[in-house]
Amino acid sequence: MSTRTLQLDPISCRAHGLCAEELPEAISLDEWGYPIVPAGPVPRELVRRAKAAAAACPVLALRLTVSR
Amino acid sequence: MTSMTRPHPQIHHHTGPSAQRTDRLLPRDGARSWPDHLARWGSPAGGTDANLTDDLTLAGLLGRGGAGFPTGRKVASVVAAVRRFRVPAVVVANCCEGDPTSLKDQVLVHHSPHLIIDGAIAAAATVGADRVVLAAHQGSGVERTLRSAVAERPGGDVSLDVVGIPGRYIASEATSLVRFLNTGDARPAGKLVPIWESGVDGRPTLVHNAETLAHLALLARFGSNWFAGVGTAAEPGTCLVTIGGAVPRPGVVEVPNGAPLREVLACAGALSNGWALLGGVSGRWIDLQQSADIPYSTAALAAAGLSRGVGSIVVLPPGGCVLTETARILGFQAHAGARQCGPCMFGLPAIAADMADLGAGDRAALTRLQWRLPVITGRGGCGHPDGAVALAASALNVLRVRQPAHLAQHLNTGQCGAPPPVVPLGPALSTTDKTGIGRS
Repeated sequence: MSTRTLQLDPISCRAHGLCAEELPEAISLDEWGYPIVPAGPVPRELVRRAKAAAAACPVLALRLTVSR
Repeated sequence: MTSMTRPHPQIHHHTGPSAQRTDRLLPRDGARSWPDHLARWGSPAGGTDANLTDDLTLAGLLGRGGAGFPTGRKVASVVAAVRRFRVPAVVVANCCEGDPTSLKDQVLVHHSPHLIIDGAIAAAATVGADRVVLAAHQGSGVERTLRSAVAERPGGDVSLDVVGIPGRYIASEATSLVRFLNTGDARPAGKLVPIWESGVDGRPTLVHNAETLAHLALLARFGSNWFAGVGTAAEPGTCLVTIGGAVPRPGVVEVPNGAPLREVLACAGALSNGWALLGGVSGRWIDLQQSADIPYSTAALAAAGLSRGVGSIVVLPPGGCVLTETARILGFQAHAGARQCGPCMFGLPAIAADMADLGAGDRAALTRLQWRLPVITGRGGCGHPDGAVALAASALNVLRVRQPAHLAQHLNTGQCGAPPPVVPLGPALSTTDKTGIGRS
């Protein structure tokens, strides 16, 4: 069973904050507006919205990757 | 302690010079020119050394650039990538020394440039690279010395050139070097595409620190048995240490791995007491009296919650203030970043200000640091913010656990009357007046 992980490229991230709006259960913003993305596998019930969070990023800094 | 007091041994070309000598990288007599280098070490082993990867693993050689990554594993990753992608690799010798507390690589280049180059060429033969880049700060003495060294060597199979790198601290981070060589932009490229798979020109790339390559050259020449003539069983060989701050004879020393900290400090004429910054601007504060017996080896330091880092020790004068020094260093770290990642770009100036505020008596700064430090760490494209956070956490720990009265003095009066700070943060010091090798 493959699991999904959120992967943030901090160099590309420009603190648009849309990911945290899409997935507030998992992604919070720090005091400067940059997302704090959990490292572990995304719970199955959140995968669909995690995908939406990644798609919402205007600079493609967030990706949902498949890992074993 | 160091080999300074030992007699010069006879050189035997088959087995190498006495393995027990501890002046391997920084010979007393100097080996700057190609003829002197050959007279000291004999000719480099030619061709591919298939055993070098095994020897590196046997010798337990860990990278000396700061992160301490096992050299054997790094080499093996590049070997695997070359096999998979069927393109030659690139070897980058990182001779830039960005950490202002460290001088060891500069001193090494001026004493034994050919040992570094031999190491880079041996590594190239092992991983299947056809290009070696010697990276040095633009316009530095190190760059000039390397250019002269390359010019006096006979040509080989591998292309060998010196490339000038911008002098900024973050420009010599491994992915910054690769990005600079590819695009002219000397800022970290992030961890998403590993450079051992796709680095310089998209080829598998091995980036090693200058000192690491010098040790590697000796391993390639003489093998792991010879290499283990000094040092500990788990960590054979020697290491370079920059000792600075309030010590009688600051400079760079070469000591066996595992020498007690007390003896390392004695090389600079320093007693093991007071406080010191161990490992560079991303290092930890240590109580030297408590740490005197800790062996200076990666494993023993790790067991004590410490790390070699860039291999520097800066000793504070009596009454020196850990808080004031840390606030200054954090200010340096905040400016030294590449301004790419938010947590670093905004977080480091914030914690630098917090630390300065704490020194000026702002009690709330303690709370701010407590919640900011864990939020910043681990969230940059490189390890720069993590190093600053670790230093700040180390300072807070010292102040709260070991120096509560001193912290209270800051909180109550906003100052402490400590002597002026000693941790060097300026532009890299001239190496000509800092090349003194410690004598014991």
